[in-house]
Amino acid sequence: MTLEVIKPGLATTVQDLGRPGYYHLGIPLSGGMDRYALRAANLLVGNAPGDAVLEAVFLGPELRFTADALIAVTGATLPVKLDGAAQPGWTALAVRAGQTLSFDFLKAGARAYIAIAGGIDVPVVLGSRSTYALGALGGWQGRALAAGDVLPLGTPHAAGREGVSVPEALRRPPGDPAVLRVLPGLYAHRLTEAALRGFFDDEWKVAPEADRIGYRFRGGRPLAFVDRTPPFGAGSDPSNIVDSGYPYGSIQVPGGAEPIVLHRDAVSGGGYFMIGAVISADMDLIGQMQPHQRTRFVAVDMPAALAARRERAERLRALAAALGA
Amino acid sequence: MSIRYAFGGDEHIFVEIDEAMSLEAFFQTLSLSKAVRESRIAGVSEICPANASLQIRFDPDRIAPDDLLREIRALETAAKRAEPVLRTRIVDIPVFYGDPWTHETMMRFRERHQDPAATDLEYAARVNGFAGVEDFIAAHAGAPWFVSMVGFVAGLPFMYQMVERERQLQVPKYLRPRTDTPKLTIGHGGCFGCIYSVRGAGGYQMFGVTPMPIYDPQQQISYLREFMIFFNPGDIVRFRPIDRAGYDAACDDVAAGRFEPAIRPAVFSLDAFRADPIACNAALLEAGHDA
Repeated sequence: MTLEVIKPGLATTVQDLGRPGYYHLGIPLSGGMDRYALRAANLLVGNAPGDAVLEAVFLGPELRFTADALIAVTGATLPVKLDGAAQPGWTALAVRAGQTLSFDFLKAGARAYIAIAGGIDVPVVLGSRSTYALGALGGWQGRALAAGDVLPLGTPHAAGREGVSVPEALRRPPGDPAVLRVLPGLYAHRLTEAALRGFFDDEWKVAPEADRIGYRFRGGRPLAFVDRTPPFGAGSDPSNIVDSGYPYGSIQVPGGAEPIVLHRDAVSGGGYFMIGAVISADMDLIGQMQPHQRTRFVAVDMPAALAARRERAERLRALAAALGA
Repeated sequence: MSIRYAFGGDEHIFVEIDEAMSLEAFFQTLSLSKAVRESRIAGVSEICPANASLQIRFDPDRIAPDDLLREIRALETAAKRAEPVLRTRIVDIPVFYGDPWTHETMMRFRERHQDPAATDLEYAARVNGFAGVEDFIAAHAGAPWFVSMVGFVAGLPFMYQMVERERQLQVPKYLRPRTDTPKLTIGHGGCFGCIYSVRGAGGYQMFGVTPMPIYDPQQQISYLREFMIFFNPGDIVRFRPIDRAGYDAACDDVAAGRFEPAIRPAVFSLDAFRADPIACNAALLEAGHDA
């Protein structure tokens, strides 16, 4: 069973829940940027939560099915069409052999997850089917889809449940302004107290440079640094440090100007100070943010980060329960 | 050196051994990384050593962040006391300095450079007080380098030259990063050398290329079949200058599956290095030269 790519979309990639374990060698986590939506899409079609799906960003692909299939599209509001007829999102849809899946223009969010019963059956590389395009690793030939690609599909392992959908209350849009909770730390001491306060007081906007590696933000005031003699090997700019590891979710601000939050295809290290890191519970939200999205960073402490993490786990349990998975 | 701990969100602990780079800080980074790895603390999923710091990823559902912090702190003393001796390997990396491909790339990005009228090698030679490019290359290839971190992108080694601080080669990064760097470029930024494992953006000065692939996601290259990444932190590198003919011959060997990296076991003692760095390096280079 296969899936033919007629139009690839903007940067559609094969993703699952990711490839942990190789970050110490520069290979990032990868996997869906909105893993909640990815899991939901899989559960809707009877897949395991971590089966491989397609992640489409901003612009949907056009895909032709060579056999009957059960599919679901979750995440961004990217209106779904089968042979031109509108279909609901967050819902298990039956597709017949020969039908074409396409999308209208993006209405909200940024990334849609297209799950097909049986999953996208590309080879497992270092424990994952996710695409890491910068390293030409995994996914479909290590790259985003192109017109003419024919993707192998796996065998469905559960009975189809056409028409099942995720309740509205269990979908989570970013809100406006989007709120990203941050645990300050790492190299936050490089900033003056006023600059650190300013970072959290100011409203930021997602810059056009926003991709799977990281999201850049603009619009806040430049950050002022505490004076220092540069440590040997750090470099002369006040925002430089001796090159260190960059945690997933960490916020670096090169030159104190534009914050960058690293995401699933993060560069694993480098020489810019970090103000802290976005908490794990809010990383999925970033995957649904478009350029120009208004954003506030809100400082939280570790107990609050862990409480948010528990809420997220609770929502995942509620999702699984709602879908009978 | 006083070790500093910080949380990176709710899934990472960041450990800064020292804010300045030194062989001592690098050694402590390696020994603390090893101690954490060997202690097999439940809930720890990744240990990423960098130049003078390390990062530990953990699952807070399995171990409370403060408990993990306590466990790592308890390893600190033992790691500090560990004998600063590294049993590792020394790898010979052939380098075609001043090659035409990095030259073509640097010319495309000249307006992003400190000295648009000079090449990266000429600029590096000048700012480090050398009479010319030849002398700079002699210093670059004349002492071995530690792989002090692997990352940024897949398989890219950061390297720190094993010389006293006053002999360290230091060059600023480009004023603005390039959007292109040839694959296998030998780069340099601050006091760190690197080898670009893949083609892409980069801000380090470009000195040459090596014909020896160090990352192969297809795992077709003979010596990368078992694992796609060549380097590990703690490897020692010796750069060996080659000319165009040597570069072409090595590329042919790689394509034909005949290329075998020159690798020898090596033992490095920080105390021996401190006592006599020149003799220590001579012994290491000798070991590499037998290959």
